[in-house]
Amino acid sequence: MMMGKANESYIKKMIEDGTRPDGRAFDEYREISVKTGVIENAEGSAEVKIGNTTVLAGVKMAVGTPFPDTPAEGVLIVNAEFAPIASPTFESGPPDENAVEMSRIIDRAIRESHTIDVGKLCIEEGEKVWMVNVDIYVTDHDGNLRDAGALAAMAALLTARIPKFDGERVIFGEYEGTVPLNDTPTETTIAKISNNLLIDTTIEEESAIDALITIGVTKKDEICAIQKSGSGYFTEEELIKAAEMAIEKGKQLRKHLKA
Amino acid sequence: MGSKVGAPEKLIVKGKRLDGRKLDEFRPLVANVHPLAKARGSGEFKFGNTHAVSAVFGPKPFFPRGLQDPKNTILTCKYTMIPFSTKERIRPGRSRRSTEISKVIREALEQVIFTEDYPKTGIDIFIDIMQADASTRCAGLNAASIATADAGVPMADLISSCAVGKVDGEIILDVGGLEDNYGDVDFAVATVGKQDKFVLLQLDGAVTLDEFKKMVKLAKEGCGKVYELQQEALKQRYKTGDEQ
Repeated sequence: MMMGKANESYIKKMIEDGTRPDGRAFDEYREISVKTGVIENAEGSAEVKIGNTTVLAGVKMAVGTPFPDTPAEGVLIVNAEFAPIASPTFESGPPDENAVEMSRIIDRAIRESHTIDVGKLCIEEGEKVWMVNVDIYVTDHDGNLRDAGALAAMAALLTARIPKFDGERVIFGEYEGTVPLNDTPTETTIAKISNNLLIDTTIEEESAIDALITIGVTKKDEICAIQKSGSGYFTEEELIKAAEMAIEKGKQLRKHLKA
Repeated sequence: MGSKVGAPEKLIVKGKRLDGRKLDEFRPLVANVHPLAKARGSGEFKFGNTHAVSAVFGPKPFFPRGLQDPKNTILTCKYTMIPFSTKERIRPGRSRRSTEISKVIREALEQVIFTEDYPKTGIDIFIDIMQADASTRCAGLNAASIATADAGVPMADLISSCAVGKVDGEIILDVGGLEDNYGDVDFAVATVGKQDKFVLLQLDGAVTLDEFKKMVKLAKEGCGKVYELQQEALKQRYKTGDEQ
């Protein structure tokens, strides 16, 4: 893996000249593949590859207590792990700020688009509801983990089933329905390098990023989540352009999502 | 969101918000320089009942030495909601939310701080939310920006922040408590002074592209007003003898 200043200036120079190291257009994703049902013990699962980036997502259901202000609604919990197997830069231990940020960005798009019909996940009002745990596990990091993670989370949810519950315990492996869903949000991350906007950065390109913006988009082309990261800035014009790119790319990503 | 307990029927009645504000009106704003005695620099910012205090320490040698940056100062930012700042007590300690907010606030400040002026050092920026009534990260960033300037850290400009939102189908400035809980959209924005540079953007909720464009414009205006207030507060504190 080539890193550091030499790499950064080489990437910046290429982008200024209108090219990328792998020859892609600025608004072009690498090859995307989505495989569902990859982990049988999970209630729903998916493996997403974008180029050499691989992310697994799994849904585990549990019965828990609802929040006091939403006594008749199920609960969504999204967590992301940057496993040491995915990159020499990842370390064991609790999620660092980057992993926490990614899980919250993916959570935001699913939550704010009201994708999960949480009202249908109530078992006993104020007492028992279904908790939908979506865990995202990165196994190969070659850039753009957020888009891959969001796509994997949504693909896993689309296949997620609700296990049987006999009033006291959950009977895993036997199912009595699927997780009720209303939407299929996608997320596209737009990077700013040398005053150009481009999507789906590789790890090589990520060393040269000034600023990033991840934008979640619903199936009705509404923006449902935004997070800007990095110490650079976006102009108003760049922001609008990024939003348009995310809406456009959402259509492409959504083709990979089906129940 | 209708199933939320305690949700009011309407958040906007006859063009007025629940607290009587117009759609594009701020709550009372307060900006204060150096409210704390012991910190090298400190600042305070209020949007109505939302109250943030920030303290800045350093530049000072960064430890552990092995993690020093030979070319830059390292910014460390800690956003905290104090336990009795909300209706329900906040458990002390780090949460995923505070980790994320600390990160985006730090990244916004990195845009204006000349980090290369103090190699091998660290600057600690603490932001404590004393009372929360929505837009706490914006108030925190405004306070931190004042505190950093008060500490004498070289900066290209101040960072100014406010939130815009959507409630009952209308775009509003400065999202207040109930509007955050029961409204449709909360969008926190920060700019570099009055420049066309957006350094913090966090949106929760669903908006169309057109609504998004309107919100960005309104937020930019709002950040401009916050900027004027921050500048005024700093000038008051640091005016020279002749001006007094």
